[in-house]
Amino acid sequence: MSGNSSYNPTNPVAKWLDSRLPIMRFSKEHLLDFPTPKNLNYWWTFGAILAFILVVQIATGVVLAMNYVPDSSLAFDSVENIRRNVNYGRIIQATHAVGASMFFAAVYVHIGRGLYYGSYKEPREVLWILGVVIFVLMMATAFMGYVLPWGQMSFWAATVITNIFSAIPLIGDPLLQLLRGGFAVDNPTLNRFFSLHYLLPFVIAAVVVLHIWALHVPGNNNPVGVEVKSSRDTVPFHPYITMKDLLAIVVFLIPFAWFVFFAPDILGHPDNYKPADPLITPPHIVPEWYFLPFYAILRAIDFDMWFISAKLGGVIFFGGSILVLFFVPWLDGSKTRSGTFRPLFKPFYWLFIFNFFLLTYLGAQLAVEPYSTLSKIATAYYFAYFLIILPIVSRIETPKPLPASISESVLGKSGS
Amino acid sequence: MNKMNRFFKSVLLAVGLGVSGSMLAAPAKAVVVIEAELQDWSFGGIFGRYDKNQLQRGFQVFQQSCAACHGAKQISFRNLSEEGGPAFSESQVKALAAEYTIIDPELEEGERPATPADNWPDPFPTIKDARAANNGAVPPDFSVLAKARGISQKFPAWALNYFTGYQEGGADYIYNLLVNFKDAPEGVDVLPGQYWNAYYGGTLAMASPLFDGMIDYEGDFPETVEQYALDVAAFMMWMAEPQLNSRKQMGFQVLVFLFVLTGLMIAVKRKLWSKVEH
Amino acid sequence: MASDATTDTTTRRDFLYVATGALGAVGTAAAVWPLIDQMNPDASTLALSTIEVDLRPIMVGESITVMWRGQPIFIRHRTEDDIAQAKAVPLEELKDPATDAERVTEGYEQWLVQIGICTHLGCVPTGQKSGSNRGDYGGWFCPCHGSHYDTAGRIRKGPAPLNLVLPDYRFLSDTLIKIG
Repeated sequence: MSGNSSYNPTNPVAKWLDSRLPIMRFSKEHLLDFPTPKNLNYWWTFGAILAFILVVQIATGVVLAMNYVPDSSLAFDSVENIRRNVNYGRIIQATHAVGASMFFAAVYVHIGRGLYYGSYKEPREVLWILGVVIFVLMMATAFMGYVLPWGQMSFWAATVITNIFSAIPLIGDPLLQLLRGGFAVDNPTLNRFFSLHYLLPFVIAAVVVLHIWALHVPGNNNPVGVEVKSSRDTVPFHPYITMKDLLAIVVFLIPFAWFVFFAPDILGHPDNYKPADPLITPPHIVPEWYFLPFYAILRAIDFDMWFISAKLGGVIFFGGSILVLFFVPWLDGSKTRSGTFRPLFKPFYWLFIFNFFLLTYLGAQLAVEPYSTLSKIATAYYFAYFLIILPIVSRIETPKPLPASISESVLGKSGS
Repeated sequence: MNKMNRFFKSVLLAVGLGVSGSMLAAPAKAVVVIEAELQDWSFGGIFGRYDKNQLQRGFQVFQQSCAACHGAKQISFRNLSEEGGPAFSESQVKALAAEYTIIDPELEEGERPATPADNWPDPFPTIKDARAANNGAVPPDFSVLAKARGISQKFPAWALNYFTGYQEGGADYIYNLLVNFKDAPEGVDVLPGQYWNAYYGGTLAMASPLFDGMIDYEGDFPETVEQYALDVAAFMMWMAEPQLNSRKQMGFQVLVFLFVLTGLMIAVKRKLWSKVEH
Repeated sequence: MASDATTDTTTRRDFLYVATGALGAVGTAAAVWPLIDQMNPDASTLALSTIEVDLRPIMVGESITVMWRGQPIFIRHRTEDDIAQAKAVPLEELKDPATDAERVTEGYEQWLVQIGICTHLGCVPTGQKSGSNRGDYGGWFCPCHGSHYDTAGRIRKGPAPLNLVLPDYRFLSDTLIKIG
């Protein structure tokens, strides 16, 4: 965005700096003055909430790393030592663990908002793709973080998930050994996971910068999906959006604190309080709740398709379920962004949301009937939504008339 | 149109909830044959706190019955005198610690009496010894055992846990296990060295570790298996989560703070946005 | 300039903003504190911050070294000679003047308890084991830069500026001390 450079330093030091590194000018333009649609609803605060959680996770993670020992014989005890002996250790550890869940809860809302309001559509495709990249990095980070306490679920999650790569034809087995640094998950695996778990959040932070950059070129989408036409449609980012975002963050902290202080283990699994044992597999391996939808898709493919084995098929669908998100901007051809004005799109969207919850539920169940069949149906709908429904609906649907501008839509609202 | 949509949505939701609800009611797995009887723990829920006297009794049961085979390596003797725990006096703990021996290869004698700073010594020097003494089974360490166990619940009980903050599944599991050493049902062969447990729904390598009257309580608490089981389950929960009291206390302070800040933030945001039509 | 009503609302609004900002700042500080405090010694370290040492096994003329807070503690059971020698030194000869009585606990002057770290640059002096170099004054000798300590642990020769440091300790009984 340009044309809003109201930064006119009078202080000689500020002038001196501005001609060499215009960081103050940049900050004023992008953090204070940035024109933001005035009709953003609270679903739009989840971006700020996510940025906040990323900071919380990095801060708590860095201090946990001061006390954690990435060694297969000491890791479990060192986490327990953090909980018991380190000052505020129980709270910091619980915040980090619950924070991962909160991160995913918020990111699912954020993605869901983007899907409903068509925030991925031209000219915001790159913004959307960077978002999916962040999501993939988050999944990798969370998975490797879950391995670090070296409990039973940590160990077996690491075993099962790294085994996914063995499904790849030809290079599968060497790749598996490369990832694990051995013939099974062991100390080298733990060490590299710790290293990468520390690294990836900073990569995420870097991609977040790109994500915000890509946001600030076209500016925000908004609930009516009509582009900003004049300055009457916008408010400066500060103080209007900053205060709204801060309020949302404080409200979000309430359930966050609830879990940290009153139920820190409820989002985890009791089996992870058993030290890792390579000889005994827990009877029922489940990933953390935020991976359940994708885990359900992985397990739904329990049959061979032509020359593709069930194992490889599961991996293809698992990978595809995330990969498909990259193509959403081109799968949905509707010129109308906001779902509010798309009568045919809307029911399919809500069915998709319901289906996502259903997949979450199914991912936690044993692979028996009726769950197996339901998983297949839910998986089919997940892909159908993106690959069939979005393209077809966008062709046959007649959208409702759009308001001429954001200001007009706001006027209409306050009149009712 | 809008109405139709809303109707469509609610039908969808109702059908969905119905379907998933009926599925949730199906038992997840038939390992546990009898339902766990949930106990009214003093530390249950968000207001719950440990009962110091119960923890002291539980320690007695642990020390006199469990500790012969089960370790608790994460527990320090000093923990026993901490607030929010059994809170024995420091001199009691010092005397207690001195009864135990710590193997210390750096010393000439190779061992020394324990101090409050030491961790609870393992009952067996090696895993091999533990296995040899217990018919091939290694008695699990008790440090976090109460959090490594849980009970299976049906819908909607498990979903409500998120709102009630139910974190006592491990204590309930331990209690139910300890009071359900029964004769095996007919037709079940129990191998020598194995013992039937009706709650576990199978055989364990441990016989009932408790029997009525085995431990003398001060005061007039019933000296029954049920009471012992309750007390030791509470003690094991404390071992697994020693800072529960202070954590919940802090939780209230944090939540009150957040609610006040939320109220103020709402006022600030409203005031600010009152000038903007949105 | 402004009417009373405007001033009034302005003040109220300002108060609201300031109060909210202040509360937010307090909350942030309270949330950051645990992240800093976790770097302080943890509970298991603090539990070892005091130790008890049984003096019975130490024969006259012998020394033992015990670890306390990660540092060596020198405990010497001094002979009559050691004590007499230490008492005979005039204060003006000392670089860091201290009487022998100031170096020990009254009534237990045979027991000298000190932190075994040279006050020069932190080496551990020799002189604990029988037969090791006790320096020119029969106490301790720091091999790093040649500091000599006497039988009361006072610096007598060499670059060290101060006497060996005395830890906080007290006698729980005639043969038991508590350090820290």
